Amino acid sequence: MFNYTLRRLLLAIPTLLFIALAIFLLLELSPGDPMADMPLTIPPEVREQMRLALGLGEAWYIRFFKWLYLFSVVEPSHVLANMTGLDWLAIEGQRIISFQTRSPVGDIIAQRLPQTLWVVGLSYIFGIMVAVPIGIYSAYRQYSWFDQAGTFISMVGFSLPTFFTGPLLMLIFSIWLGWFPIIYDTTLVVDSWYDFGLQLRQMAMPVFVLTLYNAAQITRFMRASMLDNLTQDYVRTARSKGMTERIVVLVHVLRNSMIPVITVIALGIPTIFTGAIITEQIFRVNGLGALLITAIYASDIPMVLTLSVVFAILIVLFNLIADLLYAVFDPRIRYE
Amino acid sequence: MSETAPQKSLDVAAFRPPRNQWWDVWDQFKVHKGALAGSLVFGLIVLFCFIGPWLWPYDATFIDIRSRNQGMSLAHPFGTDQLGRDIMARMMAGGQVSLAVGIVAMLLSILIGTLIGVVSGYFRRIDGLLMRMTDLFLALPLLPLLLVMSMLFRQPLSAVFGVEMGMFLLIVTAIGITSWMRTARVVRGDVLALKEREYVLAARSIGTPPRRLILRHILPNVLSPVMVSATLMIATAIITESALSFLGMGFPPDFPTWGRLVYDGIDYLQQYPSRAMLPGVFISLTVLSVNYIGDGLRDALDPRIRGR
Amino acid sequence: MKRRSALYGAAAALALAPMAAWADRGEDGHLNIIYWQAPSILNPYLSGGTKDVESSSLVLEPLARYNQNGELVAWLAEEIPTVENGGVAEDLTSITWTLREGLLWSDGTPVTSADIAFTAQYCMHPEGGCAQAARYQDVENVEIIDERTVTVHFSVPKPVPYGAFVSAQSPIIQAAQFADCLGARAPECTEANFYPIGTGAFRVVDFRPNDVIQMEANPNYRDPALPHFATLTLKGGGDAASAGRAVMETGEMDYAWNLQLAPDVIATMAQGGRGVPVSAFGTLVERIEMNLTDPSPDLPPETRSTRAHPHPILSDIRVRQALSMAIDRELLVEIGYGQAGRPTCNLVPAPPIFASTANDACLVQDLDGARALLEEAGWTVGGDGIRTNADGRRLVIDYQTSTNAVRQDFQALIQQWWREIGVEANLRNINSSVFFGGDPGSPDTFQKFYADVEMYANNFNGTDPEAYLGAYRCGYEPRPETQWQGENINRFCDPAYDELHLQLAQTASIEERGRIGRELNDILMQNYVIVPLVDRGRVSAHSVTLGGVLLNTWDSELWNVADWHRTE
Repeated sequence: MFNYTLRRLLLAIPTLLFIALAIFLLLELSPGDPMADMPLTIPPEVREQMRLALGLGEAWYIRFFKWLYLFSVVEPSHVLANMTGLDWLAIEGQRIISFQTRSPVGDIIAQRLPQTLWVVGLSYIFGIMVAVPIGIYSAYRQYSWFDQAGTFISMVGFSLPTFFTGPLLMLIFSIWLGWFPIIYDTTLVVDSWYDFGLQLRQMAMPVFVLTLYNAAQITRFMRASMLDNLTQDYVRTARSKGMTERIVVLVHVLRNSMIPVITVIALGIPTIFTGAIITEQIFRVNGLGALLITAIYASDIPMVLTLSVVFAILIVLFNLIADLLYAVFDPRIRYE
Repeated sequence: MSETAPQKSLDVAAFRPPRNQWWDVWDQFKVHKGALAGSLVFGLIVLFCFIGPWLWPYDATFIDIRSRNQGMSLAHPFGTDQLGRDIMARMMAGGQVSLAVGIVAMLLSILIGTLIGVVSGYFRRIDGLLMRMTDLFLALPLLPLLLVMSMLFRQPLSAVFGVEMGMFLLIVTAIGITSWMRTARVVRGDVLALKEREYVLAARSIGTPPRRLILRHILPNVLSPVMVSATLMIATAIITESALSFLGMGFPPDFPTWGRLVYDGIDYLQQYPSRAMLPGVFISLTVLSVNYIGDGLRDALDPRIRGR
Repeated sequence: MKRRSALYGAAAALALAPMAAWADRGEDGHLNIIYWQAPSILNPYLSGGTKDVESSSLVLEPLARYNQNGELVAWLAEEIPTVENGGVAEDLTSITWTLREGLLWSDGTPVTSADIAFTAQYCMHPEGGCAQAARYQDVENVEIIDERTVTVHFSVPKPVPYGAFVSAQSPIIQAAQFADCLGARAPECTEANFYPIGTGAFRVVDFRPNDVIQMEANPNYRDPALPHFATLTLKGGGDAASAGRAVMETGEMDYAWNLQLAPDVIATMAQGGRGVPVSAFGTLVERIEMNLTDPSPDLPPETRSTRAHPHPILSDIRVRQALSMAIDRELLVEIGYGQAGRPTCNLVPAPPIFASTANDACLVQDLDGARALLEEAGWTVGGDGIRTNADGRRLVIDYQTSTNAVRQDFQALIQQWWREIGVEANLRNINSSVFFGGDPGSPDTFQKFYADVEMYANNFNGTDPEAYLGAYRCGYEPRPETQWQGENINRFCDPAYDELHLQLAQTASIEERGRIGRELNDILMQNYVIVPLVDRGRVSAHSVTLGGVLLNTWDSELWNVADWHRTE
């Protein structure tokens, strides 16, 4: 197991290099232009000068290796310096500079992370906490009214796009009822109960939308997997041995049903980092999701590349964790 | 009960000629109320979208500027939009595209996902490679990928298949190849566990070749997560299609689709809430009905449930 | 001197008129502004984006700017230099600006002529990639005369010398702060780009790129009673609809910028009663551009959509005219823009001296006339209602535009009108970051124009259309040799036009300029190479409790934020 983990981690390095290169080439090829946002009154020669000033005049491989050096050496040193408070750790000099803001990409990501963790992270946790029990109970009482209602809500919740549910909630809760604000205030500092109340109010709608969406998917997988296992022979054996229903369902069946659910959850956690693109934009949470989408629209290659590669690292990591958890839940799965 | 049941089934078996297992599946499917209702609703939606335009006098793109923003009436059961186009006709036309895209893209995505999942779960040697490829696809930013695909393939495809068919192929492929990863990961996880089960071991020990082992023993047992993925995929595909049309790689703007109708209706949510709600309801109904059909199929295909 | 005191008097009257006399700075508390596009940087020289230029105008100010009527007013300068008052040299090769007395930066240091000279040096640095470089074109050097006076020398006579240091796009930056940020080092100065020191009514407290800016009143602002607000938040992001709701329906915000929404949507929001929409017109014209060259995909990429192949259908002026005549511009305005639009038949709709009246016949839709013209051009109606010519070619055109709800409505309407005169239009919409991005590798940019007609909007800076009209000269068309860069989108080429434009560049008298400008406009209009549709205004919304808003489309919308105040 240890050897396997080590091998996978070592193998992750070339994988990630390849992924980074693939993303870079994709962005290079993609038909956007950092100058697209500028008014048409700016003449073409000036645009060309601006492109050169962004470093777009250099060959692609030079730009890629520059970025790679900055990403793997300079930026980590700044992260380390920030975390330890030891400023001398940070390597002086150039950093990855965003085309849009002309400021270090790392700083902006650090600035955006709290909002995203609050809203997207919390709604993911809520989603799991809601979805797993509902999934279990729905499967245990298949076709009961509880199951039917759960199915209905989760399918409707999943099939309505967030670009629809967001404005709908705003209309109902902000404009008609006046309960929650439309604008998410990212500058709010929570240092009193009153501010905490404000934070809860402004978080309510985006968290609800995302929780519904996340919970809908996880419930379906949980329910389906439980149903598969509830009819297995070992369940009958366990029952006939006189085990309580609690133990049978929550220990034996649940443990055997976790594999698809773990996969889905492990795939979902990295997406917390990329944020919820549409929801963040609608509610102006302005976290990492909104950052990514505006960067893509503005063809801000350094920003998109950095965010995507951090995302890729998380994906590789959490997929490894999922693989290891498989073996924990089902010891028959072995990796030599 | 435990005494009479086997007796009875033995009797029946004795009197009945052997029959195709699909008849059993159908028998089981028939008694599943949800599945029947789902099939009915789904059938009605398909009829509405594909037969409706033959019977309905209005064209989806016909503009009657004098009758714009009308409410529901006998002439226009769903009202008219800001240009005076009949919303019922637009729902029908939109449904044709959305249903076709949703179902074909779902099939493609599920096919790729299941194939990669089963192969990498079963054959350890290519597991690493396939899963790293999955990681790559998960990490690629979707929008630039779609833009690049559109740039490279839009013109050649429309030259070969015509504008609409070319676009359809492009959209379906774009959605298909950007959404198979979760299915693949889920299926692989299940296969990893299944292939260590006793019955697989038993089958292997009597020399069953891998192909038959996968098709007969493993695949039926990963059906339920695949089914869930499939239902969720239809919704995702219908909505992604609308996102694609904003990027300019969807259908031309004079082709309404459900996703686009929802999007266009959002600005009018306050004045004419039905404009965004109606297509939303249709998408939900489609997904719900497919979900129930999937539930029914899953139950019907499970021999452990079928006998009960 | 007299003029100056008159100006001061007028400014003071303007500022004080709506409110009680002798107000104190900051007594109106907090101001909330929302821009649905979030500002990325507060340095207009590094980003020409409207959102960035306007938000930085809260802090940075120019020597002179345009007011809400498009008139040039002195801002940091004492007066507008002209030939009459001796500020502009007789031969039009230099202009002398004098700063107001006693101006301070927000850090308390004095503003001097060295700052002005530095600003020019900053933007004109060859490696800086300055977004406003066009404003400094032909500037030879900036000579410092004394503490408050500079003379800008031009390499050629400039009939309109108000480019550099004029309007929100070209404000004065502090030499001390940006001294180390010249050229290639410009992007490294994050601190200076995010927290510029300015002379404006506010100074930056906290800047979060693409999210929110917090500001407070500038303690060293030149008028001790202004600004009325002590603090200000400029929030960015989201969409125009909810920004409008936040001002007009929930009252969370005081000012929402540029609400590009259907008129009836805005009207419903205004019923919320918390805010009112305001609109004003500039020079932005939504138009259909005709491709005079052949965009057929069968042509090799080197000559496709270039002047090597004239367009097989649209080269005939009668077809172009028919397409224009079939359009009902009144209806387009009613559906798409409401009070923020008016039908136009001109490329240059304003200012009045440049606005022609020779083409107003286009305001009336004439389907029969259009049909007759097409018949005359040899296009006869075929079996399916679409016209064909003698060679059997069908009258089908590709019609592309960027993705935007109003534009798609326009496409649908125009498609129907064209169908009524026997022309089939294939519609296409393209993501605006691709369409307006100049990527020469993409087939979908508006410069490449791989379609027969395309629709978008454009305008010009300030009040003089010389450069704008200059785009339609021969040789300015995008083509492979120029990496598909160029502003002559239609590939129009007429030596007579070029000659007339040269005349414009050499004329100083404003009446003469107006006449030539109108003539140039008429040549383009009467050739139907550009089919103007709507003169697009700007709609913004402010809270009913916010006074002093004068919507300005010629400069930044926030140009007079110092005078904004609470009315209740």
